[in-house]
Amino acid sequence: MKILDILAGRTKPAQADLEALFGLPSAFITLEASESLVPTGEGGVCYKPAAGQSFAQTTEEMESLLGLGGGPIKVREETDQYGFHWVVIGSGSDTGDPQALVNQVHLVNTTLQEQGFGPQLLCSVFGFRPTSAAGSPATTYVVYLYKRGTFYPFVPLPGREQRAVETELRLGIVLAEDLKIEKDKANWMALWGLPVH
Amino acid sequence: MSRSKFQVDHGLTARMVSTMFLLGLVYAVAVTAAIFAGAQIELVVAIAAIFLIVQFFFSDKIALWSMKGEIVTPERAPQLHAIVDRLCALANMPKPKVAVAQSDMPNAFATGRSQKAAVLCVTTGILRRLSPEELEAVLAHELSHVAHRDVAVMTIASFLGILAGLVTRMLTWGVLLGGGRGRSNQGGSPLIIVELAALAFAAVIYVISFMLVRALSRYRELAADRSGAILIGQPRVLANALVKVTGEIGRIPTRDLRTSQAFNAFFFAPALTNGNSIGNLFATHPKLEVRLEQLAKLEASMGRTA
Repeated sequence: MKILDILAGRTKPAQADLEALFGLPSAFITLEASESLVPTGEGGVCYKPAAGQSFAQTTEEMESLLGLGGGPIKVREETDQYGFHWVVIGSGSDTGDPQALVNQVHLVNTTLQEQGFGPQLLCSVFGFRPTSAAGSPATTYVVYLYKRGTFYPFVPLPGREQRAVETELRLGIVLAEDLKIEKDKANWMALWGLPVH
Repeated sequence: MSRSKFQVDHGLTARMVSTMFLLGLVYAVAVTAAIFAGAQIELVVAIAAIFLIVQFFFSDKIALWSMKGEIVTPERAPQLHAIVDRLCALANMPKPKVAVAQSDMPNAFATGRSQKAAVLCVTTGILRRLSPEELEAVLAHELSHVAHRDVAVMTIASFLGILAGLVTRMLTWGVLLGGGRGRSNQGGSPLIIVELAALAFAAVIYVISFMLVRALSRYRELAADRSGAILIGQPRVLANALVKVTGEIGRIPTRDLRTSQAFNAFFFAPALTNGNSIGNLFATHPKLEVRLEQLAKLEASMGRTA
């Protein structure tokens, strides 16, 4: 931070870096090949809703854009217990095109960012499950942190608020081939009860 | 392609910078006067530097200790940690340590000399009284203090105040010693009058520097309100939290709150509030109405379509 900003007591809101998302499709392939994990076809965008009319309009615009996307894309919206808003995009089936999913998520992001709500973006999440367990909900997540421009794996243990740290560390190394992995483990934020399945 | 929804508050910046400038000026005048009066300036600076170093490096521990705050792990306070996690991810800043103080007084403070050494402390009273959204707003305000390096800025600013205070002391000694010499050497009273005037001048400087430090503190609070509200995108929620916290603080007997008076400068809302206008000049925090007015303006600016 610049000395002037410190003296003036102000922070520049952190802007989101969206381009890194396009590294995901190749990471999907790596995960399937080496860890037998396939995408569940669901991806979520998590952001902090802002006050005011312009934000309501942006949300409306985003919804209509996604609706017009056509195809078997399903969109669902949820607000979590911390007041963050999730737009969950599902291709509806395992055979869904991962590239299309990434594009949809990117579309949500650019819409928010173009309207000046880039600072409100928290993270994007993509769900994965073992190849053997077709149809079951996600067991593993890849989380993208907009402000850092980095990814990390999140593997919650079923039923409790604990995570499989060793699995996460291993996945972090595997994913590092295709994605920029968050180096500071303190930023590997836990997302309990996230609505992406 | 990306742009911020918010305009920089040039008025606030200008007031803050001019306060800092005046503070530096007062300091320069005080030191010049001290040198002129023949005080040992090295000694003054050495004593003040010790104050500065202690405050700079131990402020987090001192503040935590005096409030009986205890660092909590994510396992012990999962919700609190989750809120801080998310705010830090939104603002792209390192996560501070999180502490809880067993006190029914609803308050929160941030301390620590840098972003990495920062500690965020909330009382059990504020946890109990505020809704999760309001708590998030309060934490966003405190994180803004961390991002603005307010502990470092205020420590250095009060260092100048301490320095001015010490110079005043030095001049007092100068009057006593020099006054004695003056009598024996010249036997005349004009010199004593001159030195008494110097003492009065030094005292005035001390008062002015003290008031400037307090003014600076109030501007830093307004700046933290602003950045915090922008971070969560909902100025109204922070306003609600402020009303709840300050409203309730006013109702608690002051006797129980006296122990925390020393750390008022780092608080979300000061524990002791004076209603009169002279109190406003010495207050570490701006009046509630001023803070609410700023947040209302911010909320209104967000309503405008881009």
